[in-house]
Amino acid sequence: MLDWRHPSPRLRALRRLEVAVLTALAGIIAGLTAGFAVRWWAGAAAVAVALVGGAVADLLVGRRVAAWSYAEREDDLFVQRGLLVRRLSVVPYGRMQFVDVVAGPLERSFGLATIRLHTAAAATDARIPGLPAEEAARLRDRLASLGEAQSAGL
Amino acid sequence: MSTGPVAPQWRRLHPLSPLVRAGRGVTGLLVVFVISFSSRSSDPWNVVGHVVALVALVFLAVVSWLVTRWRIEDGTLRIETGLVRRSSLRYPLTQVQAIDTVRPGFARFLGLSELRLRMGGSTSGSARLAYLTSAHAEQVRDELLALASNGSNAQRPADEPAPLQQRRLVSVSTPQLVASIALSGIGIVAIGLTVAIAVTATLAPNATTAGLSGSVVPLLAIGAGIWRRFNSEYRLSVTEGADGLRLQSGLVATSSEVIPRGRVQAVRMVEPLLWRPLGWARLEVDVAGRQDRRSENRSEGRQLRAVLPVGSRDRALALLDRIIPGAPSPTAPPPKRARFKSPVRFRHLAFARTEDCVVGCGGRVARITSWVPLAKVQSLRWSQGPVQRRLRLGNVYIDTAGRNVGAALRERDETESQHELEQLTQLARAARRRVQPL
Repeated sequence: MLDWRHPSPRLRALRRLEVAVLTALAGIIAGLTAGFAVRWWAGAAAVAVALVGGAVADLLVGRRVAAWSYAEREDDLFVQRGLLVRRLSVVPYGRMQFVDVVAGPLERSFGLATIRLHTAAAATDARIPGLPAEEAARLRDRLASLGEAQSAGL
Repeated sequence: MSTGPVAPQWRRLHPLSPLVRAGRGVTGLLVVFVISFSSRSSDPWNVVGHVVALVALVFLAVVSWLVTRWRIEDGTLRIETGLVRRSSLRYPLTQVQAIDTVRPGFARFLGLSELRLRMGGSTSGSARLAYLTSAHAEQVRDELLALASNGSNAQRPADEPAPLQQRRLVSVSTPQLVASIALSGIGIVAIGLTVAIAVTATLAPNATTAGLSGSVVPLLAIGAGIWRRFNSEYRLSVTEGADGLRLQSGLVATSSEVIPRGRVQAVRMVEPLLWRPLGWARLEVDVAGRQDRRSENRSEGRQLRAVLPVGSRDRALALLDRIIPGAPSPTAPPPKRARFKSPVRFRHLAFARTEDCVVGCGGRVARITSWVPLAKVQSLRWSQGPVQRRLRLGNVYIDTAGRNVGAALRERDETESQHELEQLTQLARAARRRVQPL
């Protein structure tokens, strides 16, 4: 019934890269600190712990990315996310105040962008990460035009 | 100072306003002055420094007054201000959510008041005109309200004629207000501290001075908090007029606020633990628009405006019915197994909905019931944590414009919660269309 779409598979690569970089940093810092503070074997143990943590995070990252999905309905946008805590946000087009498209340097190098929807409620937390740039632009334009067409006052 | 063509109706704020605006800073400086004077009395440079700071403060306030002007044109309020960075602010009056008239103690003494327009939207702040003479402020307020209601006429239900004469809905008796503050969280803390100090004073008089000097700041903060609450709720009266709800209150600093029809985003009834044996309740309304945290009148820094600071449950419900006609009372409890997930909150959880309104009840210690007109729903959220998944439960949140209010349907059955999410989405859409036909 609903046409659920997912972020780009490149988002998974991006997140895995982030995990890898973080793991490497954590491993180096923890290894050097423990190695100099205690002995070389403590440093090795710290590196091992960091690597195991990175591996677990790497497994979860794939599933977390897969949990993101969104669907455009006639009057509302549905955004689904979360692995441990599952969330589903429903944002009526008429309530959207503005739509942000954000792309950090790392995201840009992967050709991805994040879309964020804002309503008058501070609690609205609908965002869609990892959209290919052209899909993000399409969605932004579509949301903006739908929002204008159905706009309702406060 | 004049930049650009001078339009005929540019107006200035009252000439005494820099004095009032600087007044607060002067009070603060005087406190610092006295403290530093008593601790290091033999330093004349200290005194000179304070005097210089004081003069600079007044000077800055005068400059800020000199460069500020305002006028009303084509349904917008324009304020121009700033000496170095000149800024011209436009506030479209159709987006006004509420208008406050605030009179801090000193301004009231001089017969001045401040107008504050709360605008919709999460990004725009509020427009301030500080200060005008009180009579002028009333006149400008009525003018602004008339312009504002042109835009929101569609929000007035057609079948209900606008009440012509003012109708008083609420007035609060002072003894009950005092009792209610004494029984609130801050009141209990204050009473506890007073008792503790009294006990130490009788048992160990020597230790008291040491203990007191350390706790001066928190004591002052608590006292200020109590005073602010008392002042903002003292003799609160709510009247219903042609232009909406009119709230008036205050002992020293008075404020009056007009909430135009159809601008209430949510209504909340709070029943603290200690009030429940007495059957008391507090009713608050939420209006869209950010409130200035750094505003000069601190009583407006609160999120919600109490329309009934304290009163019996029946009165609260009667008032609610005036604000949201036909508001349902929460009747449907969650399934029994929700007790494992929310053991404390369980006894409060309930919800109900009609075609126009949804209500959710919750709260761990205090019972908090929130009503949201479905036409005001901004977005809906559903969530399910790991424990809830095990118990097949789910939450539905109803977000309204504003910071943190909104109804929540907690710990509902999984399929029921998903069904409610869908139903509420559709009902909210229908309600939105009814209020504002496309």
